[in-house]
Amino acid sequence: MAYTNKVVEHFENPKNIGSMDKASKDVGTGLVGAPECGDVMKLQIEVDETTGLIRDAKFKTFGCGSAIASSSLATEWVKGKTLAEALQIKNTQIVEELSLPPIKIHCSVLAEDAIKAAVKDYLKKQEAAS
Amino acid sequence: MKNVKIPVYLDYHATTPVDPEVFKTMAPYFTEIFGNAASRNHEFGWTAESAVEKGRAQVASLIGATEKEIIFTSGATESNNLALTGVAEMYAEKGNHIITSPIEHKAILDTCEALERKGYKISFAEVDTTGQVKPESVAALITDKTILVSIMFANNEIGTINKIGEIAKICKDKDVLFHTDAIQAVGKIPVEVNALGIDLLSMTGHKIYGPKGVGALYVRRKNPRVRLSPILHGGGHERGMRSGTLNVPGIVGFGKACEIALKNLPTEMPRIRAMRDRLWKEIQDQLDEVYLNGHPTDRLPNNLNVSFAYVEGESLMMGMKELAVSSGSACTSASLEPSYVLKALGVGDDLAHSSIRFSLGRFTTDAEIDYTVQKVVATVKKLRDISPLYEMVKEGINLKTVVWTAH
Repeated sequence: MAYTNKVVEHFENPKNIGSMDKASKDVGTGLVGAPECGDVMKLQIEVDETTGLIRDAKFKTFGCGSAIASSSLATEWVKGKTLAEALQIKNTQIVEELSLPPIKIHCSVLAEDAIKAAVKDYLKKQEAAS
Repeated sequence: MKNVKIPVYLDYHATTPVDPEVFKTMAPYFTEIFGNAASRNHEFGWTAESAVEKGRAQVASLIGATEKEIIFTSGATESNNLALTGVAEMYAEKGNHIITSPIEHKAILDTCEALERKGYKISFAEVDTTGQVKPESVAALITDKTILVSIMFANNEIGTINKIGEIAKICKDKDVLFHTDAIQAVGKIPVEVNALGIDLLSMTGHKIYGPKGVGALYVRRKNPRVRLSPILHGGGHERGMRSGTLNVPGIVGFGKACEIALKNLPTEMPRIRAMRDRLWKEIQDQLDEVYLNGHPTDRLPNNLNVSFAYVEGESLMMGMKELAVSSGSACTSASLEPSYVLKALGVGDDLAHSSIRFSLGRFTTDAEIDYTVQKVVATVKKLRDISPLYEMVKEGINLKTVVWTAH
């Protein structure tokens, strides 16, 4: 299968690779997928408490090139957004941006799920702290 | 790196280039010597026929058969279809039961499925964790309705070589015909139909440096004399078992390829095996958590199938696109299911997704192996750096205890 240039670009030079401190109350961590399914994404967001904006995002992904590209793109997109805006990101936008073929749509769904899981984790921590 | 042409071809199980010597032998048969081998009344036909007979003898020699036992076909798929369907129809009065294994090539499995729809019963012999079919499992499945056992000689994904002699003997003792899909074995390891007791054997040209589009089915003529119903009807070529104008240039090339394979067998395989062993050793020396799939010793000398834990196979191939290899990862198949062969061995889905098959061949060089090691190690390290699983394992988390969100 040939890959689109954008997938190759994200795969070869993934943006925002890395890990944040899971224990920090400013950090939300989303871990989605399963090794048996061939895809696991960990997406983390760091939220600025005063502005409510996502200051930084990091990811690590086990998965095919499209899964890595989808998570790389997701981290790019959430940065600078509010939590509500981040939750608006739809997998179909990722599909469109990366021109993913039908067989790779699940990669974009997983990226959307990862954003949602990270936001949920952050909100849970905030709730626990307050 | 010097002397390495990119991309490096390490997918000889998929196909091989035509050996230049084979190509040279074939060339005149496209243009000057173009006759139909079935034209009995003129020089053109006679010349073509004698070229076909020479090819037939060369093919027969490679497996220790006689010329009259070789039926030319269009390739592996047709040979397998003809063996199974041809025996099933011819021996339908004797029984309706066929035994095979779950790790056969699709050309066998799908043919069995088609036969099942026609009322035949198919049973699957057990496979152990190295990919070897258990002979005792074959024995236990044979009934008085069993007409055929079909077990592959060597597996195309993991390279495991089956105990063919033992299985063939079990069949012979119970008066059941034995077929083997020897596509990957022929030309790479010694295959001798009489010593092993094989009744039918499928082989093909393009896996042994011959052309695509030509193969053969060996059909035993004595002890027992095997009969077949044709699946292609027409002019009665190939003793009525396979009608259709013979592919003269293909047969000439296939024959030449068999002749070269037989001549090279004693020297070529030790050389390839040494490169394969070095590839595996150097990968193991430089990477942790790499697992060999298949049998440690009873395997084709040119096959290496490895799971690189915590790295997904398709992304690995994408990261080392300078290497032409293949993967058992679901992402490389249309079905989104990881390799059914690895699953049958009990390899977990996670490791099946992480598998890469390297298959070496006649034109593989030491410099290419050096380059391959370097590329594989660098890519696996890079992808493990971005793998959440590798990170979790390094943090001491047992992945088996994590509650995953399966999708």
